[in-house]
Amino acid sequence: MLDYIKSYLGSSTTPGQAGNTFWASVYILLIFLGLSVAVIAMNWLERKILAHMQVRLGPMRVGPHGLLQPIADAIKLLIKEDIMPSQADGFVFWVAPIVVVITAFTVFIVVPFGPTHAVTDMNIGVLFMLGVSSLSVLGIVMAGWASNSHYPLMGALRSSAQMVSYEIAMGLAVVSAVLMTSLNQTGTGTLSMIGIVQSQQVQQVWFAFKFFPLGLIAFFVFAVAMVAETNRAPFDLPEAESELTAGFHTEYSGFRWSLFFLAEYSAMIAVSSIAVTLWLGGWLRPFPHLLSGSTWDLVFSLLAGITFLILGLMAFVGVFRMPKHPYFRVQTIGLAGFGVVLGLIGLLLFLPPVRDRVQDIFWFSAKVAFFMYLYIWYRGTFPRYRFDQLMKVGWKVLLPVGIGVLILTAVAGVLL
Amino acid sequence: MQPVATTFFFYFLSGLTLIAGVLVITRRNPVHSALALILALLGQAGLYLMLYAPFVAGVQIILYAGGIMVLFLFVIMLVNIEKSQKEEQFNKQWVVGILAAVALGVLFVLVYTKGKSLFPERVAQLPEQSNTQEIAVMLYGNYMFTFEIASLLLLVAIIGAVVMAKKRI
Repeated sequence: MLDYIKSYLGSSTTPGQAGNTFWASVYILLIFLGLSVAVIAMNWLERKILAHMQVRLGPMRVGPHGLLQPIADAIKLLIKEDIMPSQADGFVFWVAPIVVVITAFTVFIVVPFGPTHAVTDMNIGVLFMLGVSSLSVLGIVMAGWASNSHYPLMGALRSSAQMVSYEIAMGLAVVSAVLMTSLNQTGTGTLSMIGIVQSQQVQQVWFAFKFFPLGLIAFFVFAVAMVAETNRAPFDLPEAESELTAGFHTEYSGFRWSLFFLAEYSAMIAVSSIAVTLWLGGWLRPFPHLLSGSTWDLVFSLLAGITFLILGLMAFVGVFRMPKHPYFRVQTIGLAGFGVVLGLIGLLLFLPPVRDRVQDIFWFSAKVAFFMYLYIWYRGTFPRYRFDQLMKVGWKVLLPVGIGVLILTAVAGVLL
Repeated sequence: MQPVATTFFFYFLSGLTLIAGVLVITRRNPVHSALALILALLGQAGLYLMLYAPFVAGVQIILYAGGIMVLFLFVIMLVNIEKSQKEEQFNKQWVVGILAAVALGVLFVLVYTKGKSLFPERVAQLPEQSNTQEIAVMLYGNYMFTFEIASLLLLVAIIGAVVMAKKRI
């Protein structure tokens, strides 16, 4: 048993390819835990950042600066009454959130957090991610129809129309990035997520900057389509509060609703990681050739620890700015403890053995986190599109641009 | 990596596909039928995976389960389901049905008994790694002409749909 566990450690492939069930399960558990923590953090960050964009304070009551708010929300959702409309289609109503959650989490088995840090590497990685995430619309349609109510049905219809139309633009953008992988010395392209990042490493350029500006345009098309695909603002018509109450999950409450919430955020992380893998170099650090050499390697590898130290420092600034009233004493101590934990994590990341293993995970997560911030920023900035405008953007702008970029990329690949 | 529990997965996936297929024609509610059809298509995708054709499996999921069936559901949801549930589910042409079923059954029995000489004992296993490339070479090399004709057919269908749907072009 111990030998079986140890046998993987020396290998340079993912546990799925090495056929090591133990480490594959460990990776799956780690990704599941990491995702749950990320969703909780996103919940807090979104409310907080949106509030600051609108010159509000946001959640401040539960814990210092509302840090424990997501936990309070989760407890509230779990103990809330679970209502099923009496006229609803019981089985479909029950299975819809499960379908959405399963599809949102399944895609993560091919997400490459590092050259060996993925559950498995599939030959059809990108295709698998797009296919499984396109199944999530089925869950949404099922939820909307099974509720047997007007608003959810309208939301589900909008959602399916929107996702089917934007999937095409998305696919075209992805194909133009996959075309670029075939420009290696070997001449064969690849659909595997790890292979795509490795070919960016070989070609010494992130695909967003290849054939300037073609890669950038394809990246832009994908970045717009992915917001529409995850039903987020400004394309959040399936759950437009002002028109449809809450869209397809109007009739859902308690735990089932929280499953939809979880799935929405993990789908956002999933499409962001597709974008990062295809165009922004996955786990590769920025400027690997411009700023090369062991000194720069050291500087970039220290950044992970420095980030956590800065976060811890910010928590301590919060400690000193806390009101000195005895009423706030527990919160002040809690915030100081949080800062100490963040600082200790930062110091841990400075240790050479940890630093080398965590570096690629850090860069991947940092890029995905940037996209997550963009999602919140969009929501705070753009007004919601009207449905005909949404369709016009999808079919008359993104689709022709996607086809054009695909053709030009093919031409550039042959000529250059 | 060697495949594990192949027999189990084969019987699991084919059983899933068959049961879902029966559900498609026996459910009274059209939405339930469509959902069962999606399950059948997913089971088929799993069977393609077992045949070392991951690309075909991926395309099956994207096109059929993710694309076409969503449009199916989209249309079915707009149909008045209470009315359609009262309508008759099967037509009366059971003589033709039995004939077709018997013919298919005879074909299956013949394949089972004489198949050993018709088909090779073991299919040469293509390496999983090059499956996508093999399909691309076949489609754009050996079968280029057929492929183009098929895409032309689809183009005609698209133009026909647009002409029928739009009164003023």
